[in-house]
Amino acid sequence: MKWETVIGLEVHCQLTTKSKIFSGAATAYGAAPNTQACAIDLGMPGVLPVLNIEAVHMAIKLGLSIDATISPHSVFARKNYFYPDLPKGYQISQFELPIVSQGHLDIDLEDGTRKRVGITRAHLEEDAGKSMHEDFNGMSGIDLNRAGTPLIEIVSEPDMRSAKEAIVYLKSLHALVRYLGICDGNMQEGSFRCDANVSVRPLGESKLGTRCELKNLNSFRFIERAINFEIARQIELIEGGGTVIQQTRLYDADKNETRPLRSKEEANDYRYFPDPDLLPVAIEQALIDKVRLELPELPQQKCERLQKQYELSAYDASVLVSSRELADYFEATVKQAQVSAKLAANWINGELAAALNRHNLEITASPITPAQLADLLRRIADNTISGKIAKSVFEILWESKESVDSIIEKQGLRQVTDSSAIEKMIDDILAANPQHVAEYRSGKDKLFGFFVGQVMKASGGKVNPQQLNDVLKKKLAGQ
Amino acid sequence: MHNHTIAELAAGLKAKKFSSKEITEAFLKRIKELDNKLNSFITVCEEQAHKDAQIADAMLAKGNAKPLTGIPIAQKDIFCTQGIKTTCGSKILDNFIAPYDATTITHYKQAGAVLLGKTNMDEFAMGSSNENSFYGPVKNPWDLNRVPGGSSGGSAAAVAARLAPGATGTDTGGSIRQPAALCNLTGLKPTYGRVSRYGMIAFASSLDQGGPMARTAEDVAMMLGVMAGFDTKDSTSVDKPVPDYTATLNDSLAGIKIGLPKEFFNAGLDANIAKVIEAAIKEYEKLGATIHSISLPNCELSVPAYYVVAPAECSSNLARFDGVRYGFRCANPKDLEDLYKRSRGEGFGAEVKRRIMIGTYALSAGYYDAYYLKAQKIRRLISDDFRQAFSQVDFILGPTSPSTAFKIGEKSNDPIKMYLSDIYTIAANLAGLPGMSIPAGFVDGLPVGMQLLGNYFTEARLLNVAHGYQQVTDWHKKTPENF
Amino acid sequence: MSLTAVEVKKIAHLARLAINEADTPKYVSELSTILDFVAQMDKVDTGSILPMAHPLDVTQRLRADEVTEPNQRELFQSIAPSVESGLYLVPQVIE
Repeated sequence: MKWETVIGLEVHCQLTTKSKIFSGAATAYGAAPNTQACAIDLGMPGVLPVLNIEAVHMAIKLGLSIDATISPHSVFARKNYFYPDLPKGYQISQFELPIVSQGHLDIDLEDGTRKRVGITRAHLEEDAGKSMHEDFNGMSGIDLNRAGTPLIEIVSEPDMRSAKEAIVYLKSLHALVRYLGICDGNMQEGSFRCDANVSVRPLGESKLGTRCELKNLNSFRFIERAINFEIARQIELIEGGGTVIQQTRLYDADKNETRPLRSKEEANDYRYFPDPDLLPVAIEQALIDKVRLELPELPQQKCERLQKQYELSAYDASVLVSSRELADYFEATVKQAQVSAKLAANWINGELAAALNRHNLEITASPITPAQLADLLRRIADNTISGKIAKSVFEILWESKESVDSIIEKQGLRQVTDSSAIEKMIDDILAANPQHVAEYRSGKDKLFGFFVGQVMKASGGKVNPQQLNDVLKKKLAGQ
Repeated sequence: MHNHTIAELAAGLKAKKFSSKEITEAFLKRIKELDNKLNSFITVCEEQAHKDAQIADAMLAKGNAKPLTGIPIAQKDIFCTQGIKTTCGSKILDNFIAPYDATTITHYKQAGAVLLGKTNMDEFAMGSSNENSFYGPVKNPWDLNRVPGGSSGGSAAAVAARLAPGATGTDTGGSIRQPAALCNLTGLKPTYGRVSRYGMIAFASSLDQGGPMARTAEDVAMMLGVMAGFDTKDSTSVDKPVPDYTATLNDSLAGIKIGLPKEFFNAGLDANIAKVIEAAIKEYEKLGATIHSISLPNCELSVPAYYVVAPAECSSNLARFDGVRYGFRCANPKDLEDLYKRSRGEGFGAEVKRRIMIGTYALSAGYYDAYYLKAQKIRRLISDDFRQAFSQVDFILGPTSPSTAFKIGEKSNDPIKMYLSDIYTIAANLAGLPGMSIPAGFVDGLPVGMQLLGNYFTEARLLNVAHGYQQVTDWHKKTPENF
Repeated sequence: MSLTAVEVKKIAHLARLAINEADTPKYVSELSTILDFVAQMDKVDTGSILPMAHPLDVTQRLRADEVTEPNQRELFQSIAPSVESGLYLVPQVIE
């Protein structure tokens, strides 16, 4: 039987507010345990929540960027359950009237098609603390620094049909929230987290299969693997005569498998009801209009503009807009270098991306600034150095503070363009290899590369390749 | 000294007749001598009181005293007091030294008032008799075999016995007004949102409201001036200026329209109490008020609706008492679930557990619409009844409680009977309206309270109406024999 | 509305309240009585009525995004039942 996969995603983004969603405690990551948990975050008796205006603005930003409805009247509700990382015994979230509803995100798939993924809702809520499972004589330690950090939970429609599509959606959403400046997107630190609802059904069936919710997915790679594992598990289960049970499953990256979550086995009854400590949130059109004016250029708009303005391929542009900072880097480089945008894109998406990756650095932490890269590209464009030599200059530039020109000068990397010097070098090589010359002339064309290599070797790679080609051809032809 | 009202004490302090130190010591002495009969205090803050009195006397000496500077006040043990045990009448908070001050406590501190102690109360303010306290029942100074009412029973008994000139209470379904009625006090539940709830341990967040209890409307007005006000820490507090509640106490009552809801004078009301209330109505007529018959048709459903809404909110509000970060933790929990279940099972008393379970049920899947949502709809109907009534009259008058103080143990085994003690007070909480109870007479030597309800934010006028009555009657001046 | 012992135990579990087996019948009868009492609400038809969650018809006020709370861990943890290395200790959390 042919199976169809159905995936819906719930993404939790920690918002980049300075203070918590309902208290004045700091949200900075990595503080000593419980030093950023105030009386409100700790659920002390008698404390009350007051909503952070910035969290509301950020939710509106997200809503506008996904063409969603911003509710003029939204309500906070309590989700009741007991867990040590949940100090009040309830999470303040939104249930019936979320702040954002009915939006969509268009994603560009590998095959060049564009797909619209529905976003059912996005609501504001507070994050929980963390349980430390290291053993304290059979006890767990609870750190409530994270408790009360604002989250926006973005719930998609079950519109994705493969793990690959799910990843494209997630990466697009990841880029979007970072463009908006509402989430730092750091998956290691848990700022951008994803739960996946996965089910399968026979191809052509319209009814949804029973779904499982996958949790603990903290990198794109793991999400893809976990979903693929889960799809295979469900198909195998059904084909073996079994049925899928609706449950929450945890992804174990070490074993590359999903397994049911033990502690939450029992059906939860969250007893949602409007939080009586908070009043309905009214959002006026004037505020929405004001926030709209503050919206930055969004990834898709930028991608289209880059293609048009710089005549880039769709692929190059889409790689460059994967983060706002990368696109900014590109534009700054092109502006300063005044070279072809294609050359800049190649270098940024190629050499620079690889080097950043090797050193595990973000573009914002690149040791080579757009101005430096622009200098380098200008020297390629004006034939001072070859592309190949440029790579060596790039390596040196990465490590030192010297200017591109001074590196070229000091290392003597300037390209040889003096034709008499080139002729001299070629003559020497031909004279040293009479047999190869004879073979070439008797029809062994492939030896051309051998001569090029020898000349390059002799010159330390500094000969202008085009000139070398032309002169060598003439000489070999006996001219 | 202890027979003075707050207004008299304040005047004496200003006239340097006595110092705050002397007043404070007098009340501390009375507490020491008499409270063993009443059990009205959970914690007496002797050390703090001396410190506060010293500060107050300095303020008085410098001439920058405020109206309540130097006045000892007893605080219901539901208000968090930094560095001082705050129990909410529960074993689960028996070891809880609050790490911060409730806004109300801060306001009293800023006013220069003296913190005399923390008063006994029904556990988490759930009760109408003060029998639901981990610290034992409070006795009514008018008859030690009887309850003082609840949940602010400790505050009521303490002020009635003149162990404190004034005390704070909180009112979720009548917990200021009913004990005030049963102990012959003047008590006011402000409009929801008038007094900050920050630091006031929540029972039912959409109903709870703190307020003053004292012997006269004038004292209550002075205290409300300190307690009322917008608080940025409480999203449900209202940003409205606080008037000088004492400034309008003597305004004329001529022409005010008083409504008598027929539902408050039906068969359920004790005939002797009805007589007392009728006499009070006559007094108001003499003062120039006109009396009108009105109807609050849905108010008979206020008790059932309340016993869904309040437990629902409490089931969630009390989830934080889990033995993890503060408060009681059971001995040797064998696992996490055991820690939760036994800490809560052993830490909470019977009535609290009952209400948590009712509330849990009312919110649970499949029952939410039939209970919680239904109750919230009835709440709207009740609120609409009042809206309608206040388009016809200025104030609503009736009995505060269907009976005088009942015997200890009389209703403690019958929750429904106990719940019905608040039959006249609960509606105001559901609607969020301000209400007062004022001493109106006696039946068989036991005090009877008259309830006045006003429209939203009409506290100044309510106090004026209560004060007017107290100028022509002396019920509020009566004190229990043995105290 | 009569509850069963099973329902009462389920409610007690949801609310994380330990109740003695011996007390269960008492809870069953008391809670059932209370539910019967509140069932009076069914007397009124509330079909089209808007539920009222708040007494006042006001909307949420928002606070500025400012850090106002200092670290008070020592104070807060001085009243905690069990702490180690700044963490609150509970019996092992199993996921």
